[in-house]
Amino acid sequence: MEAITTDFDLYLKGFGLTVGLFVASGIASLVFGALLAAARVGPISVLAKASAAYVTLFRNTPLLMIFIFIAIAMPRIGFTFNFVEEIRVGDWNISGFFFRACLALTLYTSAFVCEAFRSGINAVPIGQAEAARALGLTFGQNMTNIVMPQALRAVVPPLTSVQIALAKNTSVAAAFGIAEATATMRLLGNRYGDQTVEIFFFIAVGYIIIVEIVALGSYALERRWKAAAR
Amino acid sequence: MTALEKEPTTPAQGEPLVVLSDVQKWYGDLHVLKDINLTVHRGEVVVVIGPSGSGKSTLCRTINRLETIGEGSIQLDGKPLPEEGKALANLRAEVGMVFQSFNLFAHKTILENVTLGPIKVRGVKKADADAKAQELLDRVGVGHQAAKYPAQLSGGQQQRVAIARALAMEPKVMLFDEPTSALDPEMISEVLDVMVTLAKGGMTMVVVTHEMGFARTAADRVVFMADGQIVEENTPEEFFTNPQSPRAQDFLGKILKH
Repeated sequence: MEAITTDFDLYLKGFGLTVGLFVASGIASLVFGALLAAARVGPISVLAKASAAYVTLFRNTPLLMIFIFIAIAMPRIGFTFNFVEEIRVGDWNISGFFFRACLALTLYTSAFVCEAFRSGINAVPIGQAEAARALGLTFGQNMTNIVMPQALRAVVPPLTSVQIALAKNTSVAAAFGIAEATATMRLLGNRYGDQTVEIFFFIAVGYIIIVEIVALGSYALERRWKAAAR
Repeated sequence: MTALEKEPTTPAQGEPLVVLSDVQKWYGDLHVLKDINLTVHRGEVVVVIGPSGSGKSTLCRTINRLETIGEGSIQLDGKPLPEEGKALANLRAEVGMVFQSFNLFAHKTILENVTLGPIKVRGVKKADADAKAQELLDRVGVGHQAAKYPAQLSGGQQQRVAIARALAMEPKVMLFDEPTSALDPEMISEVLDVMVTLAKGGMTMVVVTHEMGFARTAADRVVFMADGQIVEENTPEEFFTNPQSPRAQDFLGKILKH
């Protein structure tokens, strides 16, 4: 117990970073994944093929490899992304490490988000897009006003699973010097060698809380949209 | 083929609005539209009838390029149909379309369904679009349902909303692709009534339908299609009482028997 109580600030800091990684790459992957999905179903065949190639590449590569590539290989060939450390908000700023971790998580998760969105787009009856086209909406307007909002309703459950996987995948960042929750577990484990079980338990509870919040949010969304339409 | 050369007895009201010339379309090896030549004049109501698979829906859908064509040309108001992009979207805004399966936007209210086009495509202010939409919905008899979602309405009501949605764009021509084929019998007349009113009001219409009663009362001209071709064109009176081609005689014999 005392491992957690005396070093509770470490515990909080660790989960603060985990949540930071999760929220930043979560939002980025949703946006980028939606764009990939739109490109995939869109009328421009070069974009559709590029999107398909992207999904093949990043969905089929282990996350750890993507991390190694972004965090170790990219800085060696001159892409450190350290310029993000110049961006300051008050006394807070992003570390190059944190940014690279988010980049790796986003690139990886976007491939799954894209496929979840694509299944949702396919679930929207073709007549919906046809009616919108017949009114004179452009492809972009059709996507943002008609197809995506309906696809989104259909993909809340699979998209939630993808985001939950992302929340837990942030732990890979521990191997790259980011003191998030899993790294904190290791640190506390070293410091209090006799309390590993308790430490493990409290870290696990932290993850469960994060995932449960995401899941409850998703159920609430589902209920609200079910009440609104049909 | 004397029927093809014959001038309609009620002369067309205005200049040509939709002109299809030598249109051909293939699905793979299947030749679905063959040598289609059709001119729809301003203010004219053309009803397209024919057996299933004769290409009448495909014909209707080529006019706003929901279906592309293989050869030939289609002109709307003197201009050829654009291939893609913004120009095509602008053209579609000028052509109203009513589908067999209504295709109301399921996640939007009835009012939003009608205001979406004017707001997004025409840039009309929301308040103005709302007022216009409410007026149109009142006109087709579903004004009191404006706040509901499509799934809460009957098929007949949904189709009348779909007509209001198309009218909100103030189209030059309205296309109806079997508008009553998905409806229960008792709902067909409420939709046909709206269409008859529209026709009497001078709207240019191309109507693909199996409703012979509508063809008789509202059509200026009946176009009979079979196997991807226009077999016969005539006034409804002439066509129904005195069909020229054996194919049309056979078709009418089958459907008018009961």
